[in-house]
Amino acid sequence: MLSAESLAQIDHELTKYPADQKQSAVMSALRIAQVELGWLSRDTIEFVANYLAMPAIAAYEVATFYNMYELAPVGRNKVTLCTNLPCQLQGADKIAEHLQAKLGIGFGETTADGRYTLSVGECMGACGHGPLCLHNNHQMHTHLTPAAVDKLLDEMK
Amino acid sequence: MSLLAFANQPDTQVCLWTLKHPEPSSLATYTANGGYEALKKILAEKTPAEAIIAEVKTSALRGRGGAGFPTGLKWSFMPRAFPGDKYLICNSDEGEPGTFKDRDILRFNPHQLIEGMIIAGYTLGAAVGYNYIHGEIYEQYQSWERALEEARAAGFLGKNILGSGWDFDLHAHHGYGAYICGEETALLESIEGKKGQPRFKPPFPASYGLYGKPTTINNTETLASIPWIMRHGGQAFLELGKPNNGGSKIFSISGHVNKPGNYEIPLGTPFADLLEMAGGVRTGHTLKAVIPGGSSAPVLPAEVMMACTMDFDSIARAGSMLGSGAVIVMDDSVCMVKALERLSYFYFEESCGQCTPCREGTGWMYRIVHRIEHGQGRPEDLDELLRIGDNIAGRTICALGEAAVGPVASFVKHFRNEFEYHIAHKKCLVGA
Repeated sequence: MLSAESLAQIDHELTKYPADQKQSAVMSALRIAQVELGWLSRDTIEFVANYLAMPAIAAYEVATFYNMYELAPVGRNKVTLCTNLPCQLQGADKIAEHLQAKLGIGFGETTADGRYTLSVGECMGACGHGPLCLHNNHQMHTHLTPAAVDKLLDEMK
Repeated sequence: MSLLAFANQPDTQVCLWTLKHPEPSSLATYTANGGYEALKKILAEKTPAEAIIAEVKTSALRGRGGAGFPTGLKWSFMPRAFPGDKYLICNSDEGEPGTFKDRDILRFNPHQLIEGMIIAGYTLGAAVGYNYIHGEIYEQYQSWERALEEARAAGFLGKNILGSGWDFDLHAHHGYGAYICGEETALLESIEGKKGQPRFKPPFPASYGLYGKPTTINNTETLASIPWIMRHGGQAFLELGKPNNGGSKIFSISGHVNKPGNYEIPLGTPFADLLEMAGGVRTGHTLKAVIPGGSSAPVLPAEVMMACTMDFDSIARAGSMLGSGAVIVMDDSVCMVKALERLSYFYFEESCGQCTPCREGTGWMYRIVHRIEHGQGRPEDLDELLRIGDNIAGRTICALGEAAVGPVASFVKHFRNEFEYHIAHKKCLVGA
């Protein structure tokens, strides 16, 4: 189900923990699986659980608890905008409006062509640089302005 | 004064001094400026753990993650002689709205954190340490892993460190989106590969921590301060700040200032000076309120805040807390109802759901603030909010319950007129 490269990455994560604590790698393993497959189906979660010799339900609990795991398909580019208070004070509301108007979708929605998903995020720990967003969970873009957002969206294929 | 003497002067910046150098995060920059010297000295002289703990106690270093607990005292709780595995954990799960200092330590001075963790591991008798890194800063997770590789290649980590015969290793653990994992026992559950739900205390982590083994958990900035203390002495660190509040501290300023960012200044610096460093309140506006220590800290009106100095004791006397040093500045354009609505939503969203008062209470408080903000407020709502808060605080396993109540109670206390206006007139007092 997962590529040799993904499995190698999971194996690297496993080296960090005691041999009898494979479950410690579940968060990374789910992340790695999600990067390859785009989202976490029940089959994927079960595969990861089996790989780590843990109950599938325990891996499912993790996948549903942490909010950066996708339990349904999302667009190729997920844009997660922080709207928490410091970002809000620094103009996140305007960026939120701009994103929705530009893409013609609301938060939690995906464009019909599957190119973009908009998502509301909680504090990303970079408040002084807000407004800011995450691209596909892993790349942060700070000091957003409407013009910067336009450029960013164009670059996302 | 000779150049050498100048080079030996303790700098008042403890953690972010590398920013003065062209390649702040590199191993070369760190070692060229005294980096890893403290570790080398400790290993060469086989400094007793008790002596290191005594130095940290002298420094009056207090936990930089929010609670402000004395680090030396926390370290003294660790049963170092206990046979078997023991763990050191660094808490870089920085997700308290307003806080963004640990990210900059990871970005700009990763090796000082690594050296601090190695010294802590040596002192606490741990063989392995983990750094739990906030899910949303994947780029720093990757860069810190690269720094670990550099440290390993240089012989600072792994087997027989610097020929001392002592083994110690460090690993990065990546979170994936849960504020609650900044709570130390939730963080332990998360490293164990479970939902991040806090544990009952006692037992405390020093006796029953990661995998049930003795564990010490410290914040990123706390651990990154350790090499400085060991190089310059606990007394020098104490003297950077003020009694009971040793050292410099990074303050993360966000919101309505002209230059949001991190400012590392001595504890005890007047708030007015810090505000000036951050370029002052947004041009054309006046200061209305400040949350001095991250979103969980009670809000303070401008006049109270302007009389404070930035240290644990002064902010506590003013009725709030220094917390993580996250200063959220709000000017006269802010509707306090709208601001509280967003904070209340955060705690509702991030409650882990384990304890009923928090799980139900945070949602209840959010819905009431939401309806006040949207012109549906009822006259009895303010008392209801405070009553719900009283029934959350002190009735939950962890501090998230209190953290959710802090903003609600303080916003209503200091800005009650705005809430009453919203309820009576179904619109905002600000700009009315």
